[in-house]
Amino acid sequence: MAEKIFLEIVTPEKKVLSETVDIVVAPGEMGEFGVLPGHIPFLCKLRVGELRYRQDGGLRHVAVMGGYAEVLNNQVTILATAAEAAVDIDVVRARAARERAERRIAESRDKYEFARAQAALQRALARLKIAERQ
Amino acid sequence: MATLRDIKRKIDAVKKTSQITKAMNMVAAAKLRGAQQNMEKFHPYALKFREFIGRLAAGVEDTSAYSLLTPKEEVKTVELLLVTADRGLCGSFNTNLLVAAEKFIKARKAEGIEVSVINAGRKARDYFRRRPVKVRESHTGLLNKVAYEDARRIGSGLIELFETGGADEVYILYSHFINIVKQQPSLVRLLPITPSTQEEGEKGFEYVFEPSHQALLTDLLPNYIYVQILESLYQTSVGEHAARMAAMENATNNCKELVRTLTLTYNKARQAGITKELMDIVGGAEALK
Repeated sequence: MAEKIFLEIVTPEKKVLSETVDIVVAPGEMGEFGVLPGHIPFLCKLRVGELRYRQDGGLRHVAVMGGYAEVLNNQVTILATAAEAAVDIDVVRARAARERAERRIAESRDKYEFARAQAALQRALARLKIAERQ
Repeated sequence: MATLRDIKRKIDAVKKTSQITKAMNMVAAAKLRGAQQNMEKFHPYALKFREFIGRLAAGVEDTSAYSLLTPKEEVKTVELLLVTADRGLCGSFNTNLLVAAEKFIKARKAEGIEVSVINAGRKARDYFRRRPVKVRESHTGLLNKVAYEDARRIGSGLIELFETGGADEVYILYSHFINIVKQQPSLVRLLPITPSTQEEGEKGFEYVFEPSHQALLTDLLPNYIYVQILESLYQTSVGEHAARMAAMENATNNCKELVRTLTLTYNKARQAGITKELMDIVGGAEALK
């Protein structure tokens, strides 16, 4: 297949990724979606989760902490609140974050506190899951 | 007439000062590099975000569904988010911002609009402490390490204020970084949002939205505010270091100039002393003949 997709992931801190890839699978708000060359223009909100892409026959994983995605002219742009490629994930920190979040869920008094703790737990779990894939 | 020793002492003092300003100049230069790098890393995100929101907002005909896009019918209260540095010794950097803020407040008050200020920066806080201006909040230490979290906190406060009617319009005043030698206070309206208009060519694309156009835009608009605030913080922090670097460079040059003139006076005084002594000796020898 000659056609490729240009994948770009940017966060407020830095440009995480900028590569030419074969396929992108991203965690959409309403379920995962895959993007192949020739996809129609598409705008979408992302949830916390795992983004996969295939490049030179190898599958790569990136943890995405929510954000937005745009598909236009074989170019996928991910605007993420935070994103880390599998190799960059700090497993020790993510484990600590998971424990902290679990504790906070157990101790939470109101629904806001609970929601915040749950979001933190989700982020930690997503990071750990992707770190394991590596 | 200052004695030789006085002049010498002064020269030493000025030299010490120039050492300090030189050190501060180098510190500012190092910090400027760091701040500039951070700003450049953020830039692609801001750029993409603008494109994004422009595309989404382009398809909206009726803005009344989005409270953040809808102007209030009557503007009675205005909120100003004023971003300044925390520290001084950076020339007219902070003063320029404060003067611009003062001008803004005066103009609004003349129209009978009430203004209250949210200070982001110690210099702004100190300035308005004893002035007849309503200060809603003061934040300090934001520019040490510009963080998304800070921008989000301030931004969500502003949005709440706008939605509950606490402020009919929200402005941000920050220092726009043009280049190393030029920073300009610039005023931007944050709320209601005026999205940048689209270039013609791109309107042709029919996007598929998920979950829906409206849900997406409603979700995105607050983030747009955060991005704008974050960008202002970055610009101001870079500007601060650039301004301080320039100010310290000036100070060092002035010190050098001062040392030069003082050394000249010192040598003149020394020579005058020697001449006088010689005259005395010659005069004494002459009298003995």
